[in-house]
Amino acid sequence: MTDQYLLLPVLGHLTIAIALIFCWRRILVQQIISVAGNLLVLIMSIALFHKTWHQGHLTLQAGNWQAPFGITFVSDTFSATMLLLTAFTGLAVSMYSTVGISKNRIQYGYFPILHFLLVGLNGAFLAGDIFNLYVWFEVIIISSFVLMTLGGKKPQVEGGIKYVTLNLLASVMFLTAIAILYGLTGSLNMADLSLKMSGVSNRGLADIAGLLFFIGFGIKSAVFPLYFWLPSSYHTPPSAVAAVFGGLLTKVGIYALIRVYTLIFIPDDFTRTVFLIIASLTLLTGALGALIKENMRTLFSYLIVCHIGYLLGGLGLYTHLALAGTIFYLVHDVIVKTNLFLITGLVNKIRGTMNTEQQGGLYDQYPRLSILMAIVLFSLVGIPPLSGFWPKINLFRESMAYHAWYLLVAMILASFVTLFVIARLWGNVFWKKAPALESSPPDSFAGLSKGRKFMLVTPVVMLVLLSLYIGFFAERINVLSDRIAHELLDPAPYIKSVLGPDAVPATQTR
Amino acid sequence: MKSIILKTASTYLLPLLLLFAVFILLRGHYNPGGGFVGGLIASIAFVLHAFAHGLVETKKMLRFVPSACIPVGLAISLISGFVPMAIGRPFMSGEWLSVQVPIIGSIGTPLFFDIGVFLVVIGITLTILFTISDGIL
Amino acid sequence: MELLLLILIGVFYATGIFMMLRRSMVKLLIGIILLGNGANLLIFLLGGITRGKPPIIPEAEKALTGAYADPVPQALILTAIVISFGLQSFAIVLLKRVHVLIQSDDLNDLNTPDTSI
Repeated sequence: MTDQYLLLPVLGHLTIAIALIFCWRRILVQQIISVAGNLLVLIMSIALFHKTWHQGHLTLQAGNWQAPFGITFVSDTFSATMLLLTAFTGLAVSMYSTVGISKNRIQYGYFPILHFLLVGLNGAFLAGDIFNLYVWFEVIIISSFVLMTLGGKKPQVEGGIKYVTLNLLASVMFLTAIAILYGLTGSLNMADLSLKMSGVSNRGLADIAGLLFFIGFGIKSAVFPLYFWLPSSYHTPPSAVAAVFGGLLTKVGIYALIRVYTLIFIPDDFTRTVFLIIASLTLLTGALGALIKENMRTLFSYLIVCHIGYLLGGLGLYTHLALAGTIFYLVHDVIVKTNLFLITGLVNKIRGTMNTEQQGGLYDQYPRLSILMAIVLFSLVGIPPLSGFWPKINLFRESMAYHAWYLLVAMILASFVTLFVIARLWGNVFWKKAPALESSPPDSFAGLSKGRKFMLVTPVVMLVLLSLYIGFFAERINVLSDRIAHELLDPAPYIKSVLGPDAVPATQTR
Repeated sequence: MKSIILKTASTYLLPLLLLFAVFILLRGHYNPGGGFVGGLIASIAFVLHAFAHGLVETKKMLRFVPSACIPVGLAISLISGFVPMAIGRPFMSGEWLSVQVPIIGSIGTPLFFDIGVFLVVIGITLTILFTISDGIL
Repeated sequence: MELLLLILIGVFYATGIFMMLRRSMVKLLIGIILLGNGANLLIFLLGGITRGKPPIIPEAEKALTGAYADPVPQALILTAIVISFGLQSFAIVLLKRVHVLIQSDDLNDLNTPDTSI
């Protein structure tokens, strides 16, 4: 059904971003507007989720041009969930940034750009038109370029070049795929494409378009052979920025992949096998990369790559349960990865270094903070009953049922390596005695005022509570991911909501 | 490139080009043209001036930082999108007033959207070109 | 016309990728620009080419008649050009900045983030 207020989470962020540009030099005002604005958008997202949950698919025809000719925005449960996660992450990062980002960076427009990034993310999750999705992706990458290189330090701009080049290449792939798709079907509306793709006679070209989408989104979500830009750039920007990137940017690639491969291209056996093999290799290479790294953020960057494998594997299995597992993992991963980079920033503030070898004794000094961090780390590993455990049950079970033994082995190995890496990290950073260095950097956390500490720790606490909720109320998230998987596998309601109730021929069942 | 011909010509060309930019902006809805093209033409006018007289002169003549155009333009575009929502139509619907204004023609939200785009394009293009050519011109 | 465009697109993609594989930063930039133009031409070609009938309704009529060019690919290309204009100017400024910092045009010198771990 039509909903006039569907775009509010996007427009809200856009309005905030413009308001922030108007107070370019006033740092305090910017901080207040940003946090308050994020709270507002969170409320809007909750409202949208509530509405979508109770009323089913919501659509908006922008400019009142009817689909398939106009630009359509659609909110199904999947989109609404992603919007909700984005809103939580945005609020946490914005709060953390008020203290975690230097005045210098704020003066160069950190907050407006952050909000433009969130505009792009929210838009991408709501887009119902493949070219519109491309435009939102460009909004995302141009803002992330600026956030990545803001400050202009040497490692930052060098990491930035790799990031920029690979992302531009991904955009060209995406655009090429759109061109082929338009040539084949003459439509860009995703619901319309879903109907028209089954009538395309040139299957070879259709498959090529599909795989070009896979390469384009694969670069953005850092899957196996295309992930090299990620570990060499994600540890260079400030922690708050890395938190948004780690939590959301790779996931938006996965979101687009799931969307395109459930709605437009239905994967055949060959594509599924490709997905499964690439997922296994992603899991293994990410895990092996994490094994040898000592810098906390590089280590976590490899873990991002590694855990993308679970998501891709679930898509490759392509059963109801596997997709539900993927969605569950996605929900868990966004929250935990964001939090990981935030606590890395905290540790960096306390110890002045990211290198795990030079740290130690954090548990002695900050026991309560350490417990918080422990919850995050163990959720990441997936120790029951914390949040990472539940989706893996689905994924393991389905890979056994599908006889994808290599994927199963890769998933189990990756879980073990993650456990090992986190255990070593725990020992190094928290339990080991602090090494006696001649010039240990000062603790810049202890000197902060109460209010500033509050702004740094609250977002971490908020996200920890969320992951605890996901872990302890897994039943509810399971209902949610089950419903999303159901919607993904049966696109008829989606198509009907966009093109009208008569759009889907009665005989067409998938 | 301080040729006397270019210098003299650019003095006369600047107002002409700016006028042409506005003309392109206003005819944009049903004919080729629009905010983006108009904005590019307007910024080309300033770039031509910078070629002839140097960047410092152009900045002095502009009297404002070009990047100040960006938020103003964005705000105008965004508000023009919000207006239809206030009367219960979807975001960015084209709503036209029934009265015809001489020279401009019909007035509606798409016109204001285009004006916003016009300002944003001028702001962004000039900022980019001034940043890149800083120290060269 | 189609054949000519086809060859041109192939040349754009090939030279673009070749340039991106070089080690020079300036060539990398040229490669990105060429690839983007190739993709734009591809949209133009695959959208179907109609000669001499722009999708503009004449003053005297109310609707378009007969075969006319598809306006959608043109809108897509315009959008893509605007986006790549922004991205490329960002890339130029970034490369300029890197060149100032490392005093080299060679991409192999960009190893600070990887080696200083």
